Amino acid sequence: MPLIEFTDHGFYCRAGDFFIDPWRPVSKALITHGHSDHARWGSKSYLCHTDTKPILETRLGPGHYETVGYNEPISINGVNISLHPAAHIIGSSQIRLEHKGEVWVVSGDYKLENDGLSGEFEPVKCHNFISECTFGLPIYQWKPQAQIFSDIQQWVLKNKAAGKSSLLFAYSLGKAQRLLPCLAEVTDRILVHGAVYNVHMALVNAGIKLPEVHRVTPDTPKEWLKGAVVIAPSSAEGTPWMRRFAPLATGVCSGWMAVRGAMRRRNADAGFPLSDHADWDGLLKAIKATEAECVYVTHGFTAAFGRYLNEHGFNAKEVKTEYGDDETEEKSTDVLEKLEE
Amino acid sequence: MRHFAALVAKLGTTTKTNEKLDALVQYFSVADDRDKVWVIAIFSGRRPRRAVNTTQLATYCVELAKLPFWMFDECWHTVGDLAETIALLLPENETAYNERRDDERPLYYYIEQLKRIEKEEEPVRKKFIVESWAELNRSERFVFNKLITGSFRIGVSQKAMVNALAKATSAEASVIAHRISGNWDPGTITFDELTGDEAHATDLSKPYPFYLAYALEDEPASLGNPEDWQVEWKWDGIRGLIIKRQGELFVWSRGEELMTEKFPEYHSLQYLLPDGIALDGEIISLPPAEAGATTFRRPLPFSSLQTRIGRKNVTKKQLQEAPAGFIVYDLLEYEGEDWRSRPLSERRSKLEALMAQWNYTALELSPVVRFEDWEELKTLREQSREMNAEGFMIKKRSSIYQVGRKRGDWWKWKIDPLTIDAVMIYAQKGAGRRSGLYTDYTFAVWDGDKLVPFTKAYSGLTDKEFAQVDAFVKRNSLEKFGPVRTVKPELVFELAFEGIAASNRHKSGVALRFPRMLRWRKDKTVTEINTLEDLKRMLEVYGK
Ligand SMILES: [Zn+2]
Ligand SMILES: [Zn+2]
Repeated sequence: MPLIEFTDHGFYCRAGDFFIDPWRPVSKALITHGHSDHARWGSKSYLCHTDTKPILETRLGPGHYETVGYNEPISINGVNISLHPAAHIIGSSQIRLEHKGEVWVVSGDYKLENDGLSGEFEPVKCHNFISECTFGLPIYQWKPQAQIFSDIQQWVLKNKAAGKSSLLFAYSLGKAQRLLPCLAEVTDRILVHGAVYNVHMALVNAGIKLPEVHRVTPDTPKEWLKGAVVIAPSSAEGTPWMRRFAPLATGVCSGWMAVRGAMRRRNADAGFPLSDHADWDGLLKAIKATEAECVYVTHGFTAAFGRYLNEHGFNAKEVKTEYGDDETEEKSTDVLEKLEE
Repeated sequence: MRHFAALVAKLGTTTKTNEKLDALVQYFSVADDRDKVWVIAIFSGRRPRRAVNTTQLATYCVELAKLPFWMFDECWHTVGDLAETIALLLPENETAYNERRDDERPLYYYIEQLKRIEKEEEPVRKKFIVESWAELNRSERFVFNKLITGSFRIGVSQKAMVNALAKATSAEASVIAHRISGNWDPGTITFDELTGDEAHATDLSKPYPFYLAYALEDEPASLGNPEDWQVEWKWDGIRGLIIKRQGELFVWSRGEELMTEKFPEYHSLQYLLPDGIALDGEIISLPPAEAGATTFRRPLPFSSLQTRIGRKNVTKKQLQEAPAGFIVYDLLEYEGEDWRSRPLSERRSKLEALMAQWNYTALELSPVVRFEDWEELKTLREQSREMNAEGFMIKKRSSIYQVGRKRGDWWKWKIDPLTIDAVMIYAQKGAGRRSGLYTDYTFAVWDGDKLVPFTKAYSGLTDKEFAQVDAFVKRNSLEKFGPVRTVKPELVFELAFEGIAASNRHKSGVALRFPRMLRWRKDKTVTEINTLEDLKRMLEVYGK
């Protein structure tokens, strides 16, 4: 029996009797990161990184949460477990399992670039590597964050000069926080949608330092709404909620914006291909660094990516999961985003 | 190339007409004159001939990007556009690019080179393409590739470009529209010749831009007194313009294509028509006139004319089976004088007089529909399908002939489309705006206990609905055939279409005209959809 089995509840470790990022309720769940498709409701107990806990508590409510830091080995039923930075969002972890000399790494979602908030991606050697491939096609090649930030800043300044508000759509957990230092350089006041605010406060209350934001409420002063700089989840796109910032320009922050067709579909004024996932080169580099004998590819362009790996000296298999991708509109069904308006 | 790439990027991202206009005006005020001529040419569909074919482009690209061909296909499929796929796949060299930035080459350089290499051997062409890719950045590469592969779909209407040019050169929009339509060679004409004052008297073929109508959404009673309006059938062919000047005949179609050669039926008009004349009308299949007959000839259905379109050489058989005629709507030029600013009533009575005098078999005057009140017109409209018409055109008698689509004076009042309920059975990813999503569907109806595919459709749903169907497709795929997925026959749609014809190229035996999704029938299950019998009955009634 391999150390990890692919079941209809998710990745199951029989030796340790626990699941990793299960999509149905189980008794013990290890969680790579706080996004709603990876950390789902209903399990009896959760184990996650210390910084992921406040997110889970906000999203899933009170429950049984255990935490552990990066590179602090623990053991469950004889399986050695450690978490390693995945650099995807705050607290995101690759989970390393070791049992009788067999090593598996479940990467969850990851990226290679250090965004200044989510840590430095750590390559971990293993026999079996489970990798996402959300952007597993060679058309996805990211520009450095600094360059995209500069594009965003210029866009904000241009809108300001034209008397317009800048409304940025970004995933409320991860992308929204990542944007803050960038925006803080061009505005004194960052306004955020309630969904973004909830995540923000959960992180701040847990001691994570972030630039200041202001929640948009019916009491927000009128003069703040003109020429404002605002972060909102994509679920707010096209809703009456947006109107208060008029005249405004909209910008979408997502890796999908690298392709013009996807950008036009969003009907936004600007698209910034800023992603919390590894691009094509990043995926290949990360996989190579693991020196894994077998690579399991999950959510994304699994068929094409898996085939490419197999043709290039890796042993890759496709695994069907129920993870979504946290860079598209579909994700606006996130519970967090539903909390507000 | 930088200015042009920036223009294309701007036009591609903004959805607002006035921002597009601003971007164009801005471009026309900074760009090189030679580049401007090319931009006008490219955006009005006159791109240079294809110097390199798509397979060669793809081959060079996979070589440079070190990728297998199947991966290129996969990417192309996701992106939906070849030029963009290549631009995204090629390795980017920012530093080298920034160093070269100061002596960048203009747009016309690349176009001239593309024309030059057209006649060269393959290695020469390859060398030019590869070197150009190396000196351009990603967004410039995209427009460079577009120059080769053609069709800049950046949502700039002819109207927007005309307005921008009018603004940049402070000329009348209608004058500009007239000037840039027609036959000119962007390789030789200068910007001044194209848009300046003295130009154009020389081009005999220059068409007038069509006046297009909006659909009437309210009841016709909202138009007021019926006596102020002239009503004609809305004929279902190709809008066309016949011009004769200085002994030469020109036949233009919408989309500004010169189609003179395609319709030998019109050739006698070169000798028959007087000089200095322009007739607006419909290119359509008309049965031959019987000797001495004076009644209006009912046109054949559009499917008949379709056999004539897109073919360079017309066969004798086609000429017999689908003879083309021209239903004349309007008189735009007479004795070399532009009549567009005269009222319709005046143009019409002149036209009637001329037509009575001419009596040429290629031409047929569009009859005016007589009616007492709007209620009566409504009843008359029900005869549209019998007439092989799409409904009515309602034109104000006092209207001048305007440029492009305008509200107020001309309206089209179309009959409701034919509809049928069908189930989606195949899905394919769309291109362009919806690339990456499953938006192209094939539909089936029941034939006994089997589902038989009969049409494709890919428009009519909202973005949100497309996203939902896309999610359904991904979850309910049964099989994959290349880019096509077979899906569980579960989603029912009401399809609308404008016409139906017999077809032996389709398994179902029918072909639909302009099929589209009218609504998603979430209230219906696959057992409740229509049958092939139903389609055949429609063919009986409307397909003749
Ligand atoms: Zn994630
Ligand atoms: Zn994920």
